[in-house]
Amino acid sequence: MITLDINGKTHELDIADDMPLLYALRNQVGLNGAKYGCGLGQCGACTVLVNDKPVFSCLTPCGALAGKSVRTVESLGSADQPGALQKAFIEEQAAQCGYCIAGMIVRAQALLEANPHPDDETIRRHMAPNLCRCGTHVRILAAIKSVIAQGGKV
Amino acid sequence: MKRKTIIDVVLAIGVVGLGFAFWMMWRPEIATVSQPLKADRETLDRGRRVVEAGDCAVCHTRPGGAYMAGGLPLVTPFGTLFTTNITPDPESGIGKWSLDAFERAMREGIARDGHFLYPAFPYVHYRKMSDADIADAYAYLMSVDPITYTAPQNHMVFPMNFRPLVSFWNLLFLHGDPLEPLPNQSAQWNRGRYLVEGAGHCSSCHSPLNLIGGEKSSERFNGGVVDGWTAPALRGMTEAQHPWNEAQLVAYLTGEVAEGHGAAAGPMLPVSLSIAQLPTEDAHAIAQYILDLKKTSSDAPSPPCTSGVKPSARALMGASLFDGACASCHGGAAPMRVIESRPALANTSAVMEDSPRNLIQTILQGIPMSSAASSHYMPAFAPSLDDTHVAALAEYLRNQSCANRPWTDLDKTIKSIRAQEQQP
Repeated sequence: MITLDINGKTHELDIADDMPLLYALRNQVGLNGAKYGCGLGQCGACTVLVNDKPVFSCLTPCGALAGKSVRTVESLGSADQPGALQKAFIEEQAAQCGYCIAGMIVRAQALLEANPHPDDETIRRHMAPNLCRCGTHVRILAAIKSVIAQGGKV
Repeated sequence: MKRKTIIDVVLAIGVVGLGFAFWMMWRPEIATVSQPLKADRETLDRGRRVVEAGDCAVCHTRPGGAYMAGGLPLVTPFGTLFTTNITPDPESGIGKWSLDAFERAMREGIARDGHFLYPAFPYVHYRKMSDADIADAYAYLMSVDPITYTAPQNHMVFPMNFRPLVSFWNLLFLHGDPLEPLPNQSAQWNRGRYLVEGAGHCSSCHSPLNLIGGEKSSERFNGGVVDGWTAPALRGMTEAQHPWNEAQLVAYLTGEVAEGHGAAAGPMLPVSLSIAQLPTEDAHAIAQYILDLKKTSSDAPSPPCTSGVKPSARALMGASLFDGACASCHGGAAPMRVIESRPALANTSAVMEDSPRNLIQTILQGIPMSSAASSHYMPAFAPSLDDTHVAALAEYLRNQSCANRPWTDLDKTIKSIRAQEQQP
C-alpha cells in the first residue's frame, strides 16, 4: 500500500513502489490531465507539481513520494471555473492539439507561484523543458505574460 | 656610533625591501590603441578555433549573458571572482588593448593597465601557446560583437583582495616557455600535448591543488575537484579496469556518449562542446596524448571491482527507485537505450569512481539539453528525489558494479552537494 497526497486528498493505493507517478495518476486515481509523451523526461507532457516544484511524473517513482504533496492541472481549476493560467490559455488560444498544455500550465504555475513578475528571459528558460510539437510556443508565452500583466496572481 | 650604524642598516634594508617590493609588484601600463587591426577571414577562422580550444567562452560568458561579455562567478577557496568582459568594447571590454597587452595577459597574467590578474585565468597554461595562436585569438576576440557590460566586483578575502600578492604566487607557479614539439613523438601526439598543456589547460581541473591554489606539480593529471564535481585522473585510462580507447574518448570529448563510459556532464559539458567545434583531428590528438599519460609510480592501485555481494536493504530500495525513475533509459530492456546508445550504468565512470560525487551530481542536476547528441540529455532529479532516495540509488548502482568497495561517504556527500546547490 502506498499513500499519496494528490490535490489535497489522501489516496491509499495498492501499487508497487516503482510505479511512476504518472501511471498511478491516470490509471489508479483517474486524473488524466498529465499526459504520457516520451517517458524519458524529455517532453514535459507529464509535468505535475511535487512540493510546489515541477517534476516529470513519468520518471517519479511513487515510492519516493511519502509525505509529499502532488498537484496536477486538475487542481488549478475546472472547465466551469478555470484558474488564471487556464483562462489565459483559452483566451490566447494557446492550444493546437492540446497534448502538451496540461504540462505547460503546471510548469508555468510553478514559476508564477515563486515569482509573479518574471522577465521574458526567465519565462523562456523556465518553460524550456516542455515541448509543443504543434509550435504554439508564441501563444503559450502570450498567455503566461497576460497573467503576469494582470498581477501574476495564480 | 653604534646606534647610527643600526639605523643605517635598518634604512638600507628598508630601501632594498621597497625596491624589491616595487620590482615584484609593479608592472607598467601598456598604451591603448584606438583601432584594433582588422583581420582577414582566414585569420578569424584560425582565431575562433584557438578560442574554442582555450575554452574562453566557458568562463567569459555567463548563463544568459552576451558572448564573451563576462560576469560568470568563479567560486574559489579565496573568495568569489567574476570573469571579465573580453569583447572589444573600448570601455568595459578589451577594445583598447594592443596585441602586446593581450599577449602579456596571456603569458604573464597582467592586465593592460598593469594590474595583476588572478590565476583563475589560466595564464600559467596559456603562456605555453605559440605567438601565432595568441595573435589569431586576439584578432578573433577583437571581431566579436562589442558589449558594454562590467562584471560585479570580486569578493576576495583578505589578503587575497590585494592583487599585487599574486606576484609571489607567480614566482612559484609561472614558468616555462611556449611548447616545442618533442622530436621522438608523432605530429599527432605533439599536437595533443600542445592542446592539452597549452590552450586546453586540462590540468587546471584534472590535478589536485595545493593550499594556495597552485597545481601540485608532482600530481599533475591525477584528478581534482571542481565546482563540486570530480575531475577524474587522466593518467592510466588505458590500464583501468574498464579501459578507454581512442574512439570512446573522442566521442566523450566531442559531446557524444562514449560507449560503456558515459557522457560529459557538469563543468566538462561546455568543454566537450568547445572541443566539438575543433577539427576532428584535434580531438583525436587530445585523446591520443591523454591516453598516453601513464600512472605515476607512487599511485597505489585500487583493487579491482567485483560484484556479487548481497545488496543491503537500502540498495533494494534503490533498485525499486531505479525501475521507476531510471530504467526507461538505462534499464537493460529499454528500447531507447538500444536506439541511441544511452549507457547501461554498470561500467560508467560515475559509478566506478572512488568518490560518489559525480553520480550524485548527475542524478541531482541531470545533463542539460545542449547542442550535443540528443541522447546526451538527462533530466534533473533534484526536485523529485530526496537525499535518502539518491543515497539508495547510488548504493544500489555501486553494489551492482563495485560491491567490494562500497561508498562509505554517501550521505555526507549528498548533503554537502545539496547545500552547495542551494547557495545563490
